Amino acid sequence: MATQTVHHAAMTLTEHLPILQVLIPFITAPLIVFVGRRELAWPLAFIASFTSFVIACLLLSKVIGGGVISYKIGGWAPPLGIEYRVDAANAFVLFLVTGISTLVLPYARESVSSEMPERTQTLFYALFLLCLTGLLGVTTTADAFNVFVFLEISSLSTYVLIAQGSYRDKRALTAAFNYLIMGTIGATFFVIGLGFLYMATGTLNMADLADRLSGQYDSRTVRAGFAFILVGMGLKVAIFPLHLWLPNAYTYAPSAVTTFLAATATKVAIYVLLRFIFSVFQPEFLLETSALEIIFYPFALLAMFAASFTAIFQRDLKRMLAYSSIAQIGYMLLGVALLSETGLMAAIIHLFNHGITKAALFMGVGAYVLRSGGSFYIHLQGLGKTMPWTSAATVIGGISLIGVPGTAGFLSKWLLVQAALEQGYWPLAILIVASSLLAVIYVWRLIEILYLSTPTSEKVVQEAPLSMLLPLWLMAIACIYFGFETDITMGAAKAAAQALLSGSSGMMN
Amino acid sequence: MRHHLILRVITKLLVGTIFLFALYVQFHGDYSPGGGFQAGVIMAVGFILYGIVFSLAKAKKVFPPWLVHKLLAFGVLLYGGTGIYSMLMGYSYLDYTAIDPHHPSHGQHLGILIVELGVGITVTGVMVAIYYAFAARAPILSDEDW
Repeated sequence: MATQTVHHAAMTLTEHLPILQVLIPFITAPLIVFVGRRELAWPLAFIASFTSFVIACLLLSKVIGGGVISYKIGGWAPPLGIEYRVDAANAFVLFLVTGISTLVLPYARESVSSEMPERTQTLFYALFLLCLTGLLGVTTTADAFNVFVFLEISSLSTYVLIAQGSYRDKRALTAAFNYLIMGTIGATFFVIGLGFLYMATGTLNMADLADRLSGQYDSRTVRAGFAFILVGMGLKVAIFPLHLWLPNAYTYAPSAVTTFLAATATKVAIYVLLRFIFSVFQPEFLLETSALEIIFYPFALLAMFAASFTAIFQRDLKRMLAYSSIAQIGYMLLGVALLSETGLMAAIIHLFNHGITKAALFMGVGAYVLRSGGSFYIHLQGLGKTMPWTSAATVIGGISLIGVPGTAGFLSKWLLVQAALEQGYWPLAILIVASSLLAVIYVWRLIEILYLSTPTSEKVVQEAPLSMLLPLWLMAIACIYFGFETDITMGAAKAAAQALLSGSSGMMN
Repeated sequence: MRHHLILRVITKLLVGTIFLFALYVQFHGDYSPGGGFQAGVIMAVGFILYGIVFSLAKAKKVFPPWLVHKLLAFGVLLYGGTGIYSMLMGYSYLDYTAIDPHHPSHGQHLGILIVELGVGITVTGVMVAIYYAFAARAPILSDEDW
């Protein structure tokens, strides 16, 4: 064969950032198994997570002004090849996910070694990284089928991570199995939906899909595809009637896993939903089908009230927070359903703010589990005095959950109310405030138990170790910091909302 | 299964053939039906058959669980490593041209072969690991109860 010389300009490291974002945790996970030493598992996992956090920061700083970075895997150009595509919307989610994982890992060290036997700990960190890989991959990729593949990577590792809680409570096994069934149904629906879209268009690249779908919104195939994708992702997001896996999964999973999942997994699923609703299908399609009026509004409102109401009557702090998460997802959906830039901004900011708020709260729960042996309210009585630092940070998280001015939670709810008023839906604004009052009740119950009741057991409870307090306080401070310093979150959310609302225009460049 | 003479003799004959067939499927995967996934499963079948007929303990002696774990991780590393190599050579991730820039088609050929080998190793490891995990549970009926 004759020698062909192919001219090729060497790529620089910065051009590789989108793939490195996913690749570093992905390669480190098998490396941990291959090395197989317990002492090295945690440091490797932390280095990988921290590196991907740095990459996420670099990516966010590049695209926050509205740019798009595209990466061709294997040098094959899209739409045939798999494309990774970073814009403001997913860079912001990447920033959240890697940030949370980097803070959860130091926290996990103590928590994991008390909740799990030593022999499973090495594999635990490998799985944690695989879960992170899946979430980052789902967020970065611009190929619809690749989304499914990464979704399965993150889901399969999540099921196992949740089952690790069985060393503390056997019910973790049924919780994990339930989630396995529900999650698999969700993923199957999602891939059936993709199959319909592929049937109608013959492509899987999101931008290409958007172009080819734009003339076919009346086609039944396309509409069925949309319905399957909505329900499939709805299961992963835990939209109100599809949320049944969530409370048990969050309650029985190891504390570090709950913290990580609550702050990232549902958020990434919401991002995928947004990406499909706004980038693959166009906003006009939503106006045409009135899917939002029939599905999103009622279920978002139901989630806000029913789940908050259920949260009030829980006796386990972890379960209470799980129900509150379902309610918060309602707010995000409401923001999406408003179909305006402000509404979408509110949803994206709430996605971020709720992520850090719930991370702070679940980290607090993990510290209580470590020191007092459980997360039932009866275990927590009077801990405000014996674990002052943990309790103070948890309460800050709680205040941000309610949305008191000066915290991150306020900002997103304020934007949501504004978005509702912009469209003249003032009853909606009242409902948002009313459901926040329910949050006041369940957070107040926690404060009452922590500070105003006397401990029931004689056991002397110590303050949590520094390795847990530090990440917890960083999260609590972030809740306040992002309540005052709004430039980063608002700027990113605005760019993300504009990128999403512009639909496919600007996708092909 | 000490008294099942036919099964034991046939298995002894078959295991080698199965491995050979697995390697055939593995290395012809780039032009004919086959590839890492199928080859990995076939390779694992050899070990699983050996385990079923000659007992799990013997299978574990041949293919110890620690090695299974290392191999299943190694396969992924081999796959990812190929991609990282092409990145280091200044190409995009998994662009096999990097392996032989002067003959891109040779590079593509070699690249897919290495990557498929990684897939094969991992799939073998995973299948055997799953078999070990299930088979290691205490049996309900012992061999003598039949």
